[in-house]
Amino acid sequence: MLGPFLETLIGGLLTGVLYSLVALGFVLIFKASGVFNFAQGAMVLFAALTLARLTGEIDGREVHLANFVIAAAILGTALAFVGWYAWREYMARGGGPAERNRMAVLAVVGAVIGGAVAWFYGKGSWPLWVALPATAAIMGVLAYAIERLVLRHLVNQEGIILFMATLGIAYFLDGFGQTLWGSDIYKIDLGLPKAPIFLFEDVFPGGLLVEPGDLVAALIAGLLVVVLAIFFQKTRIGRALRAVADDHAAAQSVGIPLNTIWLIVWTVSGFVALAAGVIWGAKLGVQFSISLIALKALPVLILGGFTSVPGAIVGGLIIGAGEKLSEVFLAPILVRQFDLAGGGIENWFAYMLALIFLLFRPQGLFGERIIERV
Amino acid sequence: MSVTTPAPAPAANVIDVVNIEVIYNHVILVLKGVSLAVAQGSIVALLGANGAGKSTTLKAISNLLRTERGEVTKGHVLCRGERVDGLTPNDLVRRGVIQVMEGRHCFGHLTVEENLLTGAFIHGSKRRQIADDLEKVYHYFPRLRERRTSQAGYTSGGEQQMTAIGRALMSRPSTILLDEPSMGLAPQLVGEIFEIVKNLNEQEKVSILLAEQNTNVALRYAHYGYILENGRVVLDGDAASLRENEDVKEFYLGIGGEGRRSFRDVKHYRRRKRWL
Repeated sequence: MLGPFLETLIGGLLTGVLYSLVALGFVLIFKASGVFNFAQGAMVLFAALTLARLTGEIDGREVHLANFVIAAAILGTALAFVGWYAWREYMARGGGPAERNRMAVLAVVGAVIGGAVAWFYGKGSWPLWVALPATAAIMGVLAYAIERLVLRHLVNQEGIILFMATLGIAYFLDGFGQTLWGSDIYKIDLGLPKAPIFLFEDVFPGGLLVEPGDLVAALIAGLLVVVLAIFFQKTRIGRALRAVADDHAAAQSVGIPLNTIWLIVWTVSGFVALAAGVIWGAKLGVQFSISLIALKALPVLILGGFTSVPGAIVGGLIIGAGEKLSEVFLAPILVRQFDLAGGGIENWFAYMLALIFLLFRPQGLFGERIIERV
Repeated sequence: MSVTTPAPAPAANVIDVVNIEVIYNHVILVLKGVSLAVAQGSIVALLGANGAGKSTTLKAISNLLRTERGEVTKGHVLCRGERVDGLTPNDLVRRGVIQVMEGRHCFGHLTVEENLLTGAFIHGSKRRQIADDLEKVYHYFPRLRERRTSQAGYTSGGEQQMTAIGRALMSRPSTILLDEPSMGLAPQLVGEIFEIVKNLNEQEKVSILLAEQNTNVALRYAHYGYILENGRVVLDGDAASLRENEDVKEFYLGIGGEGRRSFRDVKHYRRRKRWL
């Protein structure tokens, strides 16, 4: 009995991590602007579509994991150093509009040259290790466009107005992504080993079956959480993000540039959407239904609390594990008891749990308490 | 738009507001030509009743107006003789002009210390300087040191006002635009906060433009005062001369020219006025 139980639990937890990844994007934007970003699901879809198209997945190329990891690590470190250096220079000079423009032009020129070289090198499609940062850059541009065209005009407005704006962004992105990249079902191949891994074969008969793809996803999610938690709690920018979430006007009055902050936060949540899109895309294929997993993130957020990065993870784990366990162990009992056709608990379990939480603990497990003073 | 050459302002003024007109939402005319000056190192009080335009004037200087759909349609604002009306609030803070908003506006979910640190945002990662400034703020507001780890949302109104002023200090301002610091505070606490403001002015050489309804307290601490009514400056002068002015005494300090007047007379007078 213990063997199947553990197997279901592990499977559930690993799926839960994937929910957490989507939920993380929501938490980021909520923490930094106090807005529930309805467009997060659409951003996941957009990122996945972009990546699939840039890697030339339509031609069915294969990429191997080892190359990918090494290349991504090297590129990531290099980018981080360049970014860090540029930022220091920028801060040291006080950052007038002239420097700002020069840096922007430099970045665009670099991106175009690098992109063209890589494109020719890959004969019309990019290897994953170029496509990934390129997609990240596109998500950055998207964030800039959203800030420039939508958010900038809505400073100091009610939360509900910003929420409606994100609703609009969601529909736009769904359509725009598919217009740009096509609406076929693409496959993202991360080159992960397909064969399931069996753990503890000597303890349980047959061992515990684990999908390697899920393990990698769990690893990425764990890493993201640690980085983001440190970013929010310990850094200057993280503090500024939380300040903006609390009070736009006051943040502006102490010299925090709202536009920059929003650009940063939408870019970062674009990156998180990319991570989620890659992993979900590798699991289910890149298709429209990916944008609907945002709905699954909602109960995760209600459980974990809208403002908590660790909450998103714990919430995801609880929902993932609860879903699978209830499906395997609770469903047969219910079916026998009430003479039902059976199955389907997986689909509504999360929402039931969310409902219960809303009744008894609306701020979630880790959410900030709602401060009300008279 | 006519081309106006800004009058060369005396360099001794940190802020010059030259004949500004402010319109909200393209229709609501709030300021109808307000001019004022804040001399280096002085405390200037901006007095008036509700809706006279005090906060709007401050926001026009700090450029927070735009987020409230307000717009300076005429006149201009000078900071040390340079025009600043096109800048963002962030740029202004970098030039040393920072506003402490009406109603405190602390970041409720951040701790008191984190609130203070957000004020140092423009100073980037100069750790030493920020640590020193933090010490300085705790020196002026010892009470904040005790509450440093509590969430600002749960502190008292006075502590929140102190947090808001301390937060502004962290940006190393040369001028603080202080909007209604006495709002909702007990009289004793109002005195305490004004004492600290005065100390800041004397020891840190911070110039202060103070918008205040509490005329009595404001004129006790300020060097110079402007009185706004319906978006116009109706009276200005040294704090001492304003305190002695008969009209100010009657309308803002509540002391009639011939001493205290009986409330019954006032009522009688008004009733007659209304019905005849």
